[in-house]
Amino acid sequence: MKRSTRRRLTQGVLYAVFAAVVVFVLLAADWATIRAYFFNLDVAMGVFPEIVTIAAKNTVVYTAIAFVGGLLLGLLLALMKLSPVLPYRWFATGYIELFRGLPALLVIFGFAYAIPIAFQWRAPGGNAGAGLIALIIVSSAYIAETIRAGIEAVPKGQVEAARSLGMNGPWTMLTVILPQAFRIITPPLTNELVILIKDTSLLFIAGMAIGDRELTTFSRDALTSQANATPLVVAALLYLVITLPLTQLVAKLERHNKRGR
Amino acid sequence: MIPVAHPASAAARSTAAPAIEVRALCKNFGTNEVLKGIDFHVDHGEVVCVIGPSGSGKSTLLRCVNRLEEPTTGTVMVEGVDITDSETDLDAVRTRIGMVFQQFNLFPHLSVLKNLTLAQQRAKKRGKAEAIEVAHRNLAKVGLAEKADAFPAQLSGGQQQRVAIARALSMDPDMMLFDEPTSALDPELVGDVLEVMKQLAREGMTMMVVTHEMGFAREVGDRVVFMDGGVVVEQGKPEDVLGNPQHERTKLFLSKVL
Repeated sequence: MKRSTRRRLTQGVLYAVFAAVVVFVLLAADWATIRAYFFNLDVAMGVFPEIVTIAAKNTVVYTAIAFVGGLLLGLLLALMKLSPVLPYRWFATGYIELFRGLPALLVIFGFAYAIPIAFQWRAPGGNAGAGLIALIIVSSAYIAETIRAGIEAVPKGQVEAARSLGMNGPWTMLTVILPQAFRIITPPLTNELVILIKDTSLLFIAGMAIGDRELTTFSRDALTSQANATPLVVAALLYLVITLPLTQLVAKLERHNKRGR
Repeated sequence: MIPVAHPASAAARSTAAPAIEVRALCKNFGTNEVLKGIDFHVDHGEVVCVIGPSGSGKSTLLRCVNRLEEPTTGTVMVEGVDITDSETDLDAVRTRIGMVFQQFNLFPHLSVLKNLTLAQQRAKKRGKAEAIEVAHRNLAKVGLAEKADAFPAQLSGGQQQRVAIARALSMDPDMMLFDEPTSALDPELVGDVLEVMKQLAREGMTMMVVTHEMGFAREVGDRVVFMDGGVVVEQGKPEDVLGNPQHERTKLFLSKVL
């Protein structure tokens, strides 16, 4: 058999197998059940508009709070880790290693239950607020390492140029180093943001008031009360509606920033 | 080209002390002795070219003058101010010392204009309008008036280096340090940068130039300093040092580069 004939034959077989599997799944699947329990239009209509106006909105708000908080705390930690003062470096290193090594869920438990029980303390914003503090603390540990790497990736000549012009350390950091560092770390920071969007679902475990529920908690509650999986599918689609434009936006930003590099 | 108006204070200082005076300067990197007791000075209005093989310590010497490198021992006086003294306001002294780097070190995230105004506003506390005016004047001086809105990455190496010179000049420094300013440039771009430096020298700028451009040293330098192995081997008028070197090491070096 000629080599080209043999290749064509192999490809034909592969196509046939694929088609057979697709046909089998289409025939074997219980479409009525799938439609009724995953794509039930009535159930879907039932969760609107609250799934958007409350749940999706809360997911976005929680993500924004956790990301901004994580950025600020992460920046502080990164600067501490690069500080010439030894105790600052120790603290930052200890903090980062600790919270990168713990499951976020455990930290959320700690802030939502353990600390309130021990100290009779109530976080601002209730359990959702307590969970958010935990998310900020965990995400700042990751973000700190990202920012530190970005700062270290800015060429040494940039500091020297700024300092030789008589600019002091803080101004050099603020106007020369950090803007370049953040351009460098835009891709990994986006990654952190997308991870954070999904991690807000962990707040579920904190136990939230009705109006505080985000997408996952909301859709799980609806799943239970309606005995139907459609709310989960709607929530999944809404997560994608939030995350996909974000990754696109950042890709665009990156192209824009190339101009200045 | 607009002539530089030298501040009267610089003239007053010139009688008091040399622009740069280095005494018994030693610099070690770990166990590596890079500078082994350098005595060196630059007078006001003087153009001093420092030449020597790579690894001779000439860039380190230059970088010690504005304390980008910390001297191990010895003193560095700039206009009579000891910059190794911890009481000295280093940032204030640095605004009077312009520095130009081999790799230009422009700020890539800022436009050319912003490159020139940033330190004027942050270190010299100039108002925005004045900073912009000074920036435009210095861009015109280096022949790049039309590039104010460009970003560094859009410029050729030679243009970038001229912007870097304009950036240093925008601080109205009393002196300029050049650290191999043409070494990273394509040969055809060297001329424009040297021309700007010659113009500066003609205007009476105090300059310390670490360079491999022997033609520039001969033509523009008031004095040439030859360094090798962390010491000043010989110095004098360019025609003497370059034309009639006294030391074997100088002869050997010049035979390789000329």
